[in-house]
Amino acid sequence: MLWIEERCRGLTLGLILAPLLAGAQSNTPPSTPGKVPSPPVPAEMTASPAATPPRAAARFVVVIDAAHGGADSGARLSNHLLEKDLALALSVRLRSVLGAHGIYVVTTRESDGAVPDLNRAQAANHAAAAACISLHATTSGSGVHLFTSSLTQIPMTRFLPWETAQGAYAEQSLRLSSEIDSAMRHAEIPVTLGRTALQPLDSFTCPAVVVELSPLNTAGKVTALSDPDYQDRIVATMAAAVEQWQRDWRQQP
Amino acid sequence: MISRPQRILFWTLLFSSVLMSVVLLRMRERALDRLLASGETMPLNPPTGTPVQNVTMMMANDMDGSLQPGYQNLALPVDANARAHVILQHLLLNYARPNSKHPIAANKGVNEIFFINLPLEANQVLPGTLAVVDLSGSFVDAHPSGIEPETLTLLSIIATLHTNFPQISQVRFLVDGQQRDTLAGHADLTRVYLASDSPGVKHL
Ligand SMILES: [Zn+2]
Repeated sequence: MLWIEERCRGLTLGLILAPLLAGAQSNTPPSTPGKVPSPPVPAEMTASPAATPPRAAARFVVVIDAAHGGADSGARLSNHLLEKDLALALSVRLRSVLGAHGIYVVTTRESDGAVPDLNRAQAANHAAAAACISLHATTSGSGVHLFTSSLTQIPMTRFLPWETAQGAYAEQSLRLSSEIDSAMRHAEIPVTLGRTALQPLDSFTCPAVVVELSPLNTAGKVTALSDPDYQDRIVATMAAAVEQWQRDWRQQP
Repeated sequence: MISRPQRILFWTLLFSSVLMSVVLLRMRERALDRLLASGETMPLNPPTGTPVQNVTMMMANDMDGSLQPGYQNLALPVDANARAHVILQHLLLNYARPNSKHPIAANKGVNEIFFINLPLEANQVLPGTLAVVDLSGSFVDAHPSGIEPETLTLLSIIATLHTNFPQISQVRFLVDGQQRDTLAGHADLTRVYLASDSPGVKHL
């Protein structure tokens, strides 16, 4: 469980995250009471917040959230390919490419099992990530659909409501989306931009984007999502976008 | 005493009358069959005599994720709920046509739509209306799964309703009369959607 691993270095992260996780404890979505055991909050997380360390010293962490899993297969992309399997495969590949570039990655799903949205958000929020990327896929449209939350920007406060916490990151998420958009266009992959109301996206306390992949439809020629070259292009382009985001992130105060 | 030519004439006339009766009865049966057959596949038609209006449909396009206005002449009933039903049925029928830019397989579309007047809120001059759209199970089953196609369908319905009924300020979705979590695995159907010139979501 990645969030347990994350908790080991919870002293500094915990100080920053305490308000968010405390908020999560008191704002558990009403639809899942008792369904998902909430992880206990470590003792150090209840301490008062300390000064945020400078960016240069902070670790650049990326969360990759492979959507669906288990009984929830997502879209049927072809007779042999389900959305949940493609999302997981691309999550694993993106993690290894980013890892090779020295970027620390936390994943919300490592196998074909059901992961409740609450657990995904807890894993992501515990990581204090600089970028959270949810991976989906569909048969509709062409290229990549980038979605940010439909929540409007709210001020960053100590306590954020669990179901709408992403509102505090709305502007940062739009910048992350713009970064991925630029990289995709540079790689000549068509992009559509949209906003949506979706869990766990709305609960992420990090700059967060949903990347929904669809077949490439250019000049009447359709490249299926199962095409290995197309998948490689997408993974390489996303990795390039994350690396650019890392450079921008380091320069921010 | 009846003459022979008169007897021949009588029998000829009688035979002709019987033949004509049989032919007429057969033709009547055929006409009835045709009427019944056409009645089974008859599309939703408004009562005759309703005025034909130019209706704006906000049509979704999967390729660029856009909503573009399309125009259609429709005979619309007077009742607002029935009018909204006819408009949405035609909107969804367009998506089932070949070469649709937002393809959804043929289905029964919308079961019903009804309007609920909302109480006047602060800073409001006119009270808004909540439109409850009851989608058919066959529509939801036929809908492709994906954030983009599902979001576009909802936005297309919301924008088409708001364009034709500007008083509609909020939209809720049901499926066969029941609340459903998502349209096809992604777009949230438990929320109230805000209908405005730029549709959004009301976070409750
Ligand atoms: Zn999905």
